Amino acid sequence: MTELTRLTAAELAEKIHGREVSSVEATQAHLDRIAAVDPAVHAFLHVDAEAALNAAKAVDEELAAGRGPVSPLAGVPVAVKDVLATLGSPTTCGSRILEGWLPPYDATVTQRLIAAGLPVLGKTNMDEFAMGSSTENSAYGPTRNPWDLDRIPGGSGGGSAAALAAFEAPLAIGTDTGGSIRQPGAMTGTVGVKPTYGTVSRYGLVAYASSFDQAGPCARTVLDAALLHEVIAGHDPMDATSIDAPVPPVVDAARRGATGDLSGLTVGVVRELVGEGHQPGVLAAFEAAVAQLRDLGATVVEVSCPSFDLALSAYYLIAPSEASSNLARFDAMRYGLRVGDDGTRSAEEVMSLTRDAGFGAEVKRRIIIGTYALSAGYYDAYYGSAQKVRTLVKRDFEAAYGQADVLVSPTSPVTAFRIGEKVDDPLAMYQVDLCTIPSNMAGGAALSVPCGLVDGLPVGLQVFSPALQDHRGYQVAAAYEAARDAADGGALIHRVPELEVVR
Amino acid sequence: MPSISRAEVAHLARLARLAVTEEELDLFAGQLEKIVQAVARVGEVADQDIPPTSHAVPLTNVFRDDLVRPGLVQQQALAAAPAAEDGRFRVPRILGEEA
Amino acid sequence: MTAAVELVDYDEVVATYDPVLGLEVHVELSTATKMFCGCPTTFGGEPNTQVCPVCLALPGALPAVNGAAVESAIRIGLALNCEIAEWCRFARKNYFYPDMPKNFQTSQYDEPIAYNGWLDVTLDDGEVVRVLIERAHMEEDTGKSLHVGGATGRIHGADHSLLDYNRAGVPLVEIVTKTIEGTGARAPEVARAYVRTLRDLLKALDVSDVRMDQGSLRCDANVSLMAKGAAEFGTRTETKNVNSLRSVERAVRHEMCRQAAVLGSGGTIRQETRHFEEASGTTRAGRPKETSEDYRYFPEPDLVPVAPSREWVEQLRATLPEPPEERRKRVQGEWGLSDLELRDLVNAGAIDLVAATVQAGAPSGEARSWWVSYLAQQANNRGVELGDLPITPAQVAKVIALVADGSLTNKLARAVVDGVLDGEGEPEQVVEARGLKVVSDDSALYAAVDEALAGNPDVAAKIRDGKVAAAGAIVGAVMKATKGQADAKRVRELVLERCQV
Ligand SMILES: [Mg+2]
Ligand SMILES: [Zn+2]
Repeated sequence: MTELTRLTAAELAEKIHGREVSSVEATQAHLDRIAAVDPAVHAFLHVDAEAALNAAKAVDEELAAGRGPVSPLAGVPVAVKDVLATLGSPTTCGSRILEGWLPPYDATVTQRLIAAGLPVLGKTNMDEFAMGSSTENSAYGPTRNPWDLDRIPGGSGGGSAAALAAFEAPLAIGTDTGGSIRQPGAMTGTVGVKPTYGTVSRYGLVAYASSFDQAGPCARTVLDAALLHEVIAGHDPMDATSIDAPVPPVVDAARRGATGDLSGLTVGVVRELVGEGHQPGVLAAFEAAVAQLRDLGATVVEVSCPSFDLALSAYYLIAPSEASSNLARFDAMRYGLRVGDDGTRSAEEVMSLTRDAGFGAEVKRRIIIGTYALSAGYYDAYYGSAQKVRTLVKRDFEAAYGQADVLVSPTSPVTAFRIGEKVDDPLAMYQVDLCTIPSNMAGGAALSVPCGLVDGLPVGLQVFSPALQDHRGYQVAAAYEAARDAADGGALIHRVPELEVVR
Repeated sequence: MPSISRAEVAHLARLARLAVTEEELDLFAGQLEKIVQAVARVGEVADQDIPPTSHAVPLTNVFRDDLVRPGLVQQQALAAAPAAEDGRFRVPRILGEEA
Repeated sequence: MTAAVELVDYDEVVATYDPVLGLEVHVELSTATKMFCGCPTTFGGEPNTQVCPVCLALPGALPAVNGAAVESAIRIGLALNCEIAEWCRFARKNYFYPDMPKNFQTSQYDEPIAYNGWLDVTLDDGEVVRVLIERAHMEEDTGKSLHVGGATGRIHGADHSLLDYNRAGVPLVEIVTKTIEGTGARAPEVARAYVRTLRDLLKALDVSDVRMDQGSLRCDANVSLMAKGAAEFGTRTETKNVNSLRSVERAVRHEMCRQAAVLGSGGTIRQETRHFEEASGTTRAGRPKETSEDYRYFPEPDLVPVAPSREWVEQLRATLPEPPEERRKRVQGEWGLSDLELRDLVNAGAIDLVAATVQAGAPSGEARSWWVSYLAQQANNRGVELGDLPITPAQVAKVIALVADGSLTNKLARAVVDGVLDGEGEPEQVVEARGLKVVSDDSALYAAVDEALAGNPDVAAKIRDGKVAAAGAIVGAVMKATKGQADAKRVRELVLERCQV
């Protein structure tokens, strides 16, 4: 592994913009690293070396011509979750049904990355259509956790998180519907941010659950995440749920936070998210992190959000309901897989055969649950009630923010589990999202920052912020990160075991 | 207690255009029964007078101007089609309402 | 296929049953772009050239509401005397069909933008029926399928289908009436008059092309019969594919007779979709559905609610055209019409046309006369509605002006109008091409007069003797010789001049 892949994105950008290192060199170093370790990790579904190097070359030429960088991250390569449309580059969402599909358009996030001069290395693995918490539901095989290759990297964005932890990319894009950025971040010792719903465009993000889905930055440091956040966020008229407001000043907050003073800030520990169901080591790491925040000057209080208890159930009704409708378009008529079209079968039969062959078990389960929850006679009991729970969760957050500036909890109740351990027990798998789901229900911001290891596996500290106050979370996370690294004598991510390199 | 029978799963699969196999039916019926029982807890609030939340953002009246935007050319539109003919998407025969 | 039933005589049907109607009209809005994307809505483009990721439902694409379509929907609601929702949402109507790319239609469910309205409909004899409007809501159109193979190009028996999504996503407003009861034998006429009145209203609002032949206005007719004195409605059928005003009337009438026949023979009506067949004037059952539809409606999460402010609604109300009834009273006064003349004008569906002709500079009397007599006759001959004749009010006004300045005789004017109707261009072009100009060149006329006098010496002598009445024969001869292109009055003057009387 070359030094270039060990650098943070901010450091790499500085070297590229100072013309100490070219973007082509940096991009090539990551492509080499992918070639070396990805056979073992399987973070990527598709790598487009040529496109990445062309983009890098363009940045180098601009800089050589004396024009300043188009963005603070110009020239720094990035990996993109395979759920975002990339013009002319395969976009599968981890599903057979979209195998080989080449979008004729770019997602807004993709466009913003390109416009900001970030070479896109390729597309990262994920649970099929982002449905899962372990990346085992990818039709193209699971991604492995660089901390222990027998374990899952979290999900659904396990590919993006693992790519960071394996030093295959300095930055990645994830999407978070019920925790799919934050939970893999926690399980791989990386930083994952779910911005306020409506602040990063969903245009071109293949929908799982529209009212929850939110793209966000994945990185190895809080500052890197903030820099990427400012590249991808902002109003987009192509997304009707996009908020027309300035991007919260997250980079400033991350820099300010790194100076380490949290005095005057109140941190609320969410009582309902530190109870039963958590692995003891996770709770211990979390408590140590809270103590650290107190040492940094924060006032720590306990807050109660009683309806969080129902959030998981409500989520597993609303998300599948929206999914059952969102995924109806995969019908073998206009694009994607088509099975059984032998000239005798009807369109209806071909649709049904294709969908059965093209979707994996978890996707089918959620489509059927969603179809059930929306069907006549059940709507009020299920979907209707779940939306009432959503109101209660929002109210709980509002009340809690009356007492605290940010809220904290563990990101995941457990550390990375073994591949295959929970695949036959959907309910146990759903429990893993316990702590992350409330934020998606209410639409506020939340992030995960590493807060120690338990038995050699990373644990995440989750910081919640109110809608459009994303910078608060960055400030707290950056302060915590700086203190943690100072105490440990180095960044936690550098304790990841050296991967066997394919020659 | 809610319950979700094998026949009901078969009906739902048909509504959702999923040609599930017998084995899948057996597997899903068992799993869905458990899942539905677990998530049915939301029914605790069914009788309460709480306004439902459908959207996470408090926005209303987001409108686009009535201006033509360039779209796809025919070749792009059809590029990913499993089958095409005469500039159109070719699909298997449709069992229509019209008999 | 069910065996054809012996239809019951219409008088007998209405003596035994009370028909109950419900009409659903889908109107395509004439916005520049589609409901949820910026693709153009123009009719007749090459297949799949007016599409984008949104209306093809490509993975990841998101809808964005066309503000002009919302505005049109509100104006339609106001013109139908509806209340306008303070807050409403779009909803997804989920069902799989290849002409619908998302496999759900973005529509409105329990929160329509407009509801609780009415529309007064005037029948041919002047009777006014108030039709209550249940709701008007926004939604989107589907693509079009072409069925290949099979005997008739119909869906049944086809080998495969070809899909064009140019129409997918075109804005629609669906207008649904409350049940229309108590119209008895006049039910078919009420249905037709309702659709006609609605069409005229939408046209006046300038929100749609309202071309039933092109599908920009489509009517589904729900019909049921209840035995006289019964307390409950009978089972209804929904007839689709009704593509003209005349078809609306025929479809309702046929469905009444068919249902009466089924009921009379002890059968029951099945709740089903039926299709109107233009050629035979009958309805035909659609494929029975295996299971009842379960559309699994839920609020569209990709679109935020529509909450029209009262200020905006009032601004839009101020843009509405004058209500038809008030307008009639006004033109009756302005044009000095008797009640009977007004009714003729209304029945001919000619008020707007006459008004536009007057607007273009013609006197109201002549404008009215052209539309209710000669043009109405031509429309009738061609089997089209008066407004669908291929002539504009401006063209009619031009013809009237040419008569007024003596360039055309009335007879020539009709020939010019025929030319315009036959697609030969503007009135002036027709005059030119057909050589229809009045011969006003006196030297040419003198020659013709002299020739006629020379050819009829007896008559010429009589005139010279002061028997002026005899001039008519010479005038006739001149008119014949000039193929009617001379001004008869002028010819007469020249004849008298030549005979020095
Ligand atoms: Mg409709
Ligand atoms: Zn479009």
